[in-house]
Amino acid sequence: MEKPLTQHIVPSRKPLSLKEYEAVGGYASVRKILQELTPTEVQNLVKDSNLRGRGGAGFNTGLKWSFVPMGPDAPATKYLVANADEMEPGTFKDRVLLEGNPHQLIEGMIVAAYAIQANISYVFLRWAYKLAAKEITRAIAEAYEAGYLGKNIQGSGYNLEMHLHTGVGRYMCGEETALLNALEGKRANPRAKPPFPQVSGLYGKPTIVNNVETLCCLPHIINNGAEWFKGLSRSADAGTKLFGVSGRVKTPGCWELPMGTTIREILEDYAGGMQEGYLFRGLLPGGASTDFLVEEHLDLPMDYGSIQAAGSRMGTGTMIILDDQTCPVGFVHNLQHFFAQESCGFCTPCRDGLPWVERLLLAIDKGEGRPEDMLALEFHTKYLGPGNTFCALAPGAMEPLQSALKYFREDFEQHIVEHHCPWSTVWQPSI
Amino acid sequence: MATIYIDNVPYEVTAGKNLLEACLTLGFDLPYFCWHPAMGSIGACRQCAVKVYRDENDKTGKLFMSCMEQVRDNLHISIADMEAKEFRAHVIGWLMTNHPHDCAVCDEGGSCHLQDMTVMTGHNYRQYRFDKKTYVNQYLGPFLNHEMNRCIQCYRCVRYYKDYAGGKDLDVFAAHNHLYFGRHEDGVLESEFSGNLAEVCPTGVFTDKTLKQHYTRKWDLTTAPSVCHHCSLGCNIVAGERYGSLRNITNRYNGEVNGYFLCDRGRFGYEYVNSLSRIRKSLIRTQLPEATDKYKALQAAASAIKAGRVIGIGSPRASVESNFVLRTLVGENNFHHGVSDVEHDLAELALRILRTGAARTPSLKEVEKADAVFILGEDLTNTAPMLALAVRQSVRQQPLLEQVSKANIPVWQDAAVRALVQTEKGPLFIAASTNTKLDELATATFFDSPDAIARLGFAVAHFIHEESPNVNGLTEQEEALAQQIAMTLLAAENPLIISGTFSGSDRVLRASANIANALCAKEKAAGLVLTLPECNSMGLAMLGGHKLESAFEAVLNGYADTIVILENDLYRRAGTERVKQLFAAAKQVVVLDHLHHATTEQAHILLAAGAFAEADGTLVNNEGRAQRFYQVYPTTEDIQESWRWLFEIGTIVAHDQIIQWESFEDLQKAMAKEIPPLQGVLATAPPADFRMAGQKIPRAPHRFSGRTAMLANINVSEPKPPEDPDNPMTYTMEGYRGQPPSSMIPFFWAPGWNSAQATNKYQQEVGGPLRGGDPGVRLIEPDPIPEEIFSMAVPQNFQPLPDHLFILPLYHIFGSEELSAKSPAVAERIPKPYVAINSDDALRLKLEEGQSLSFSIEGIAYELPVKLNSTIPSGTAGLPIGLPAIAYTELPAWAILNKQIQWKQQHQTTF
Repeated sequence: MEKPLTQHIVPSRKPLSLKEYEAVGGYASVRKILQELTPTEVQNLVKDSNLRGRGGAGFNTGLKWSFVPMGPDAPATKYLVANADEMEPGTFKDRVLLEGNPHQLIEGMIVAAYAIQANISYVFLRWAYKLAAKEITRAIAEAYEAGYLGKNIQGSGYNLEMHLHTGVGRYMCGEETALLNALEGKRANPRAKPPFPQVSGLYGKPTIVNNVETLCCLPHIINNGAEWFKGLSRSADAGTKLFGVSGRVKTPGCWELPMGTTIREILEDYAGGMQEGYLFRGLLPGGASTDFLVEEHLDLPMDYGSIQAAGSRMGTGTMIILDDQTCPVGFVHNLQHFFAQESCGFCTPCRDGLPWVERLLLAIDKGEGRPEDMLALEFHTKYLGPGNTFCALAPGAMEPLQSALKYFREDFEQHIVEHHCPWSTVWQPSI
Repeated sequence: MATIYIDNVPYEVTAGKNLLEACLTLGFDLPYFCWHPAMGSIGACRQCAVKVYRDENDKTGKLFMSCMEQVRDNLHISIADMEAKEFRAHVIGWLMTNHPHDCAVCDEGGSCHLQDMTVMTGHNYRQYRFDKKTYVNQYLGPFLNHEMNRCIQCYRCVRYYKDYAGGKDLDVFAAHNHLYFGRHEDGVLESEFSGNLAEVCPTGVFTDKTLKQHYTRKWDLTTAPSVCHHCSLGCNIVAGERYGSLRNITNRYNGEVNGYFLCDRGRFGYEYVNSLSRIRKSLIRTQLPEATDKYKALQAAASAIKAGRVIGIGSPRASVESNFVLRTLVGENNFHHGVSDVEHDLAELALRILRTGAARTPSLKEVEKADAVFILGEDLTNTAPMLALAVRQSVRQQPLLEQVSKANIPVWQDAAVRALVQTEKGPLFIAASTNTKLDELATATFFDSPDAIARLGFAVAHFIHEESPNVNGLTEQEEALAQQIAMTLLAAENPLIISGTFSGSDRVLRASANIANALCAKEKAAGLVLTLPECNSMGLAMLGGHKLESAFEAVLNGYADTIVILENDLYRRAGTERVKQLFAAAKQVVVLDHLHHATTEQAHILLAAGAFAEADGTLVNNEGRAQRFYQVYPTTEDIQESWRWLFEIGTIVAHDQIIQWESFEDLQKAMAKEIPPLQGVLATAPPADFRMAGQKIPRAPHRFSGRTAMLANINVSEPKPPEDPDNPMTYTMEGYRGQPPSSMIPFFWAPGWNSAQATNKYQQEVGGPLRGGDPGVRLIEPDPIPEEIFSMAVPQNFQPLPDHLFILPLYHIFGSEELSAKSPAVAERIPKPYVAINSDDALRLKLEEGQSLSFSIEGIAYELPVKLNSTIPSGTAGLPIGLPAIAYTELPAWAILNKQIQWKQQHQTTF
């Protein structure tokens, strides 16, 4: 089984230096595109490979690039940004790539920047990824020294500057337009789309924001071709995918597997199944902002289409497992606390709706819930949907809640009727 | 045009607008918060959601924010859809989770957009059952009150204050539901346009602090349409009264003039009307007690005028009507302008430039659309504040118009436009004697003496049109700058030249006229805006009249012995000694004014004139736009308009013309006949016998409360409401309840719309002209066959003199204008007296910041603390003009440095 993205990552070892990376074939794709391919050919190759954005939305990467104005009339300045602000609860796949092989990311960024003819690129990194920051800084310096970055790269006449920007720790910055505002030094509020960043992005110039894992796929697609990339997959969606599992499983972790590997395989073969004494109740397939899946879904292949058909989203592909000894209400409350806190405060439903949801769940969890609270939770899941809020944060927050209300409804009702949390060992009298 | 279907009914709307604007224009009540017609859409509040259907067969639809959707042909939407309605009600529910529900004690109550929208959505029962959070409020200065708990986080305040008005000290802090809108710390808001926050804020976070001193609900105010008297721009205002005192000033939308906004001087400068130094009764100084009733005062004034050889001194802060009656009463040859001679000449020159020049004076609205601006010799933020705000918009909009169409972004989508345009600005050049607040927007600035500014201007004109006179001896940099400015103006579609009288230099004015004419000769649609010193300087210039100096000569030479002074403090117009001589020589001095000042002290007969809120009249602004202002509330018999006093005196002395007049309109007609350029004044307002459906227009809204009770402590029977003979308005709520003509809108109100947002309902199209056209009549249009070159007289460059400083006038928005400076809130903001000198000169004079500099101008000694200034040219100094603590002198003028005093002062400080 091929694992192109993680083949050179050994957790116990420092990441490859530029020399070592070159020795195993690193930066070959850069030389190839600069010598053999036009930007349009790179775009088409990536489009053909059916690479879909690994940040969660799953949009075709080549197609996304094709909206960038090209040619002599296009603005002189364009930007490429690597979205390394990985803050989705339960998600740690980009961290593996960032800490394990930063040169692979830089190589992918050069490919992407070349494809859209951007001359300035940024890595927008989550502040807490201190080790990654150190490794990327070193890798960028090495790449400059070796002539993969800077002016006239490898004698091709193509220029690309690269900068590392570490955020200040807002989940909101993972949203590409909020990321751009933050990069400009403004509040990390999202921007309305249209206009899309491809037309008016960073500093009002055409910009592509791609996820780290997406960018890391690029060198391999360039080197091995679109058909090879599609062949890696076990489903309609091409390539491999970094899947992760957290929760009470025997060996939580992150593995590069073919797209379309079933949930059961990931859970049982790689994560080792549930820990002794814990039973599986459900899982969030792709981070905190995806709908719960339950027992009946375990044989679904992990790809964009299959998970969507089951009413959830593959998202980042990193699952969080809910076991039978964790209170689903408390579980969801914990998530809502995060989302309420990370709302940027720009639009009303998210800013004022999420704290309300959080308070309701806290009350229910503490045994202070009232029957009408279920209605209040339901109208939030209805009206905090996509389109009603300014960006996808609140709709994402509603996904685990609405599915929890569907699959674990009796648990919520039990809290309200019995005035205490059945999982709580301490008796909490209602106030 | 496009056809859209709202709940299956087709409507014709303007294509390209956003759906919210289109719905509001059609008259639908669609709630909104974050959108503002002057600021566009950002899609933050989610209040204006409607159902949008894919096509006529789609029955499910999807919620969309109408403010973020562009109108397109064959669009099917629903406002009445249950889901849309439910969502809109929930938005209020969310917004209100932490709102204190303190309407009863909130100043905004009754004119609150949040109240209106809450009622509009039908949200009434609170579902949020948890406790609320609270905030610490801030001290923001004398103008605004801050009550953050009421905030609904619509972002309008920061978008207005920072983006629209260029303020730096108001922002949004923190995140999620802890957002805080305020300053980084307590302190006075720096922007000169901060008061608009009170109207921009949809609820009671920012409220008018001056209103709080004498609070009244909007529905209990008697209001009338008025015109701001605090600068030459003539912004339209609504003035509100209760119990005989003026309570507040709010914006009166005029699409051509001030739009939605006012400056802080205009909004908060009104309180002098309630001042303790108001003249409430006429005085006859020869009798005891001096205070007298109207009839005795009239008789005394009439006999003084009958007996004496009379001259009249008019005023640029009195209406054209008052000035005209005085001119008629004393005779055209005896009518003098009550302004300094420099000002008189400059105003006349400005009028001549506008009449004979080729360029048109654009309205403020048109200024916003200029695509290249050159300012000569004006510190607009302090001399014509709303013009500065308009220039700011032009600079913001110019790059936008170019780029936005390319990127296919609708101009109303504000956030996207800002993200695209970033900090790019349109061309703006400023030549001034020292730094101004607009410099931060300027492409290039030039700081030098007025003569050097004029030379630069002449050079620009020459580069545009070679027949315009050439300037010799420019430095290389000056030449390059002149060329740059000329090329930029020529490259623009609508270049705009702004200058005015505040530099005190006719040469600057002439240079501006040359540039404007040169641009027009090159077939550019150039505009020329000239600012004037006061609210009716233009009207006074159009009336014509002699200089003040000739009035002094007339009295001192014995040609005249009786002076009638109209609303004027001569000590602010000429040197103290000169004025003293005048009063010493005059036998009888009759003064009409509303505030006590040094001149009223000298009056033998003092007539109590109505302030702007107690008078009808017409002002002509710098654009040449005649605008009617209306009396807001009836006064006692003892106080009346200056024109009425003079009119009645004229009747008593049986003046052959005045005795034929019976009403205000007769007076206006006589004026139009005698001075044809003022003909247009007749068209500014409907006549007094105008009726709508047989009814007058009420000044009070129909919810006005307590009318029968408010005087019950004096008399329980309800007296007949006072009548206003001068116009078709009642002082009560009785009268026509629909919309009045645009020139006489006393308040903006529509069913369900109690806040100022009701303005939407009075416009032909949201953000467009008022129904029936924006009020005001332009009296001056450019000459169809203009002189190509206005002036050939290029001045020599300024030469400093040893031991002298050339004193230039500096202006302050708060302090330089006479009346507003007497309002307590504005008075708090008046700077301390100072003299600004060049940092290098200070080094030479061994002066440090704050030390005293002594100098004399025309024999008047000044001793003022020094303010170091790096931009004011060497050899000159800046003296803040008009500040109450600084004696009047005509500027610019040479000052002799007084070394002894300076030495003594230094000695004292070190001792």
